Amino acid sequence: MAYLILSSLTLPAFWLLLSGFWDHGLLLAFGALSVVIAAGFGLRMERLEPTCYRPAMLLRIPAYWVWLTGEIVKANIDVVKRIWWPQEHPISPTMQRLHCTQQTLLGKTIYANSITLTPGTVAIEVSDNEILVHALSGAALQDLATGDMDRRVTRLEGAR
Amino acid sequence: MALLLDLLTTLLLAAGVFLGISGGVGVHRFPDFYSRVHAAGVTDTLSAGCILLGLMLQAGLTLISMKLLFILLFLWYTSPVASHALTRAAEHSGLKPVLSEPRDAS
Amino acid sequence: MIFAAAALGILVVMGLALARAFLGPSVYDRILAVNMFGTKTVLLIAVYGFLTERPDFLDIAITYALINFIGIIAVLKFVERLDNGTLPD
Repeated sequence: MAYLILSSLTLPAFWLLLSGFWDHGLLLAFGALSVVIAAGFGLRMERLEPTCYRPAMLLRIPAYWVWLTGEIVKANIDVVKRIWWPQEHPISPTMQRLHCTQQTLLGKTIYANSITLTPGTVAIEVSDNEILVHALSGAALQDLATGDMDRRVTRLEGAR
Repeated sequence: MALLLDLLTTLLLAAGVFLGISGGVGVHRFPDFYSRVHAAGVTDTLSAGCILLGLMLQAGLTLISMKLLFILLFLWYTSPVASHALTRAAEHSGLKPVLSEPRDAS
Repeated sequence: MIFAAAALGILVVMGLALARAFLGPSVYDRILAVNMFGTKTVLLIAVYGFLTERPDFLDIAITYALINFIGIIAVLKFVERLDNGTLPD
């Protein structure tokens, strides 16, 4: 149900913004048709593996995005330093399993994607409560191992 | 005002191209596949972000900016998924990473 | 003028990525380089749209971003089925 409400709001908005046609009857009808088809495919996939949505998450996510963008900028500067000045900033690739505290699939996906999106760390494998991470430097892995990002994603997910 | 926007665009585009070239150089400097993923990550995240933000400043508050924002969102949603799938496939196929300490990875 | 310089810079990055795609020892290096080439192509199309003052190019850029992602996933699915991910090259 939550999925249907969410997609009936976002898909038409998406179509209108991409096409830029707001007052052409035939094209709007085609747009409505494509929205229905896309929502139908989405519903089929939802039946296979239901996602649990929490409305509160939509309110919390902008703040998380701002924080994540800051992290991405910092991580980029770090990696660029290691590329241009390998003597002063040597790389030390490490690989380690990290504990993660998210309960839902959506939360885990957000956490693993956030790890991969910040350059310097890549989530290789995600299991029930562990994530195998490859990091360009020990320092980047240490930052992650403090669990700051993990806590933020769990809070975003909404603790039960 | 227009001059300031042009200046900001120039700065952002220059930063984006610099980050892109850094990533391109990193892809050649780093020793193994797993570390090259990080260098490619630089070009996918902040380089793309800087260039698209610079273009957005030129377009102003229009549908064009909206489309640029969509491109940025697509890139930032798909690039981690692609890197994750790539490294997982490499790990499953038994490609061993070069690690700084000889400690066991698994 | 700015856009032309930016487009040239992006072309340099694409050249570097292409070199890695040719050199890359494992097939995963090549896929990584092709993925990087693809995202740079998206940016190049966007910048080119501004260079020629034809913002319609952005629609092509969006489509290219999506096709690039799906293409990489499809190639990965194909490579994963092979033994040890080594192509007979």
